[in-house]
Amino acid sequence: MSYLFIFISAVFVNNIILSQFLGICPFLGVSKKISTAAGMGFAVMFVMTLATIVTYLVYYTFLQPFNLTFMMTVTFILVIAALVQMVEIIIKKVSPPLYEALGIFLPLITTNCAVLGIAILTVQKNYTLVAGVCYALSSAIGFTLAIVIFAGIRERLAFSRIPPALQGTPIALITAGLLSMAFMGFAGIGN
Amino acid sequence: MNKTSYENLTRGIIKENPTFVMLLGMCPTLGVTTSALNGLGMGIATLFVLILSNCAISLIKNLVPAQVRIPAYIVVIASFVTVIDLLMAAYLPALHGALGIFIPLIVVNCIILGRAEAFASKHNVWQSILDAVGMGLGFTIGLTSLGIVREVLGNGSLFNYSFLSGEATPLLLFVMPPGAFLALAALIVIFNRVMRRN
Repeated sequence: MSYLFIFISAVFVNNIILSQFLGICPFLGVSKKISTAAGMGFAVMFVMTLATIVTYLVYYTFLQPFNLTFMMTVTFILVIAALVQMVEIIIKKVSPPLYEALGIFLPLITTNCAVLGIAILTVQKNYTLVAGVCYALSSAIGFTLAIVIFAGIRERLAFSRIPPALQGTPIALITAGLLSMAFMGFAGIGN
Repeated sequence: MNKTSYENLTRGIIKENPTFVMLLGMCPTLGVTTSALNGLGMGIATLFVLILSNCAISLIKNLVPAQVRIPAYIVVIASFVTVIDLLMAAYLPALHGALGIFIPLIVVNCIILGRAEAFASKHNVWQSILDAVGMGLGFTIGLTSLGIVREVLGNGSLFNYSFLSGEATPLLLFVMPPGAFLALAALIVIFNRVMRRN
């Protein structure tokens, strides 16, 4: 039950992009086509889950026992950067088709604040490892859902007439605002 | 002050404003600006990290091998973020609580790594500090103005000084997540219009 609660809360109610504002850069940057948006979503799903597991283990085996919790930011960002590099090398060797699909997104993910944010939040919320994995995966599904819907709307926007003053970023932000308003309809579920 | 120094200082404030022109650091921009004070606090925290990191990276630029420069820069930035994080927790606990997760996330703010890579790793300490001050002030101005718009419309107050009375209800939407997107879109339109006229 509680895992279902974490899932629904992270995907719909507290959507990582539309209500927590983590990972806005890829959300605005790689959302011009549905296919690239979905690719980014899957890459984030993969890295975020893996990063949360590794940072969780690092936190509870090294940082907490030695009273080094103030080093969390430095350690986590280094672990994530190293992890992304390693994943990139391994995927390239093991599965070239997967590398074709996700490769270009992986370097971008190191500076994606959603990955570091979810890793820190998992520790702050005192989740167990399983709950943390569930939280990270659900957040990443929420990310993918939001970015794919957003890309779908932007594909249609390309064919519509937009006032010159709103072209480019402003119309994208307004679209995101309306999408966020739609997701506000989920507020209150599970309370 | 000669011409290049002046240009380095002012570039970040208007011509390459991180918030309105470059669209860098969008997560804190949208996430913490529910009030003018939070926006100002976040802007100043970022300004300090930017000055310290630009200064340090400019000093070590010849010592770090090119292949490992990005991880090295990230460690430098993360250390300064930790310093600011602990200082704020000790002296400004209320603001620290309000900004929450976005303080450690200053590490992954693209402005800071971006300026380290694009500017501080190529210029001397003094010019790097000027660049950091300009960019940091531009970011602070962006966050504060977005915070002012959202607080005035959404809460009927400015810097916690309320000017609404009686029956009037503020437009709550603007302190909620959708309001962040809409207010920023409006500010960018206004900024572009003013810039084009000049």
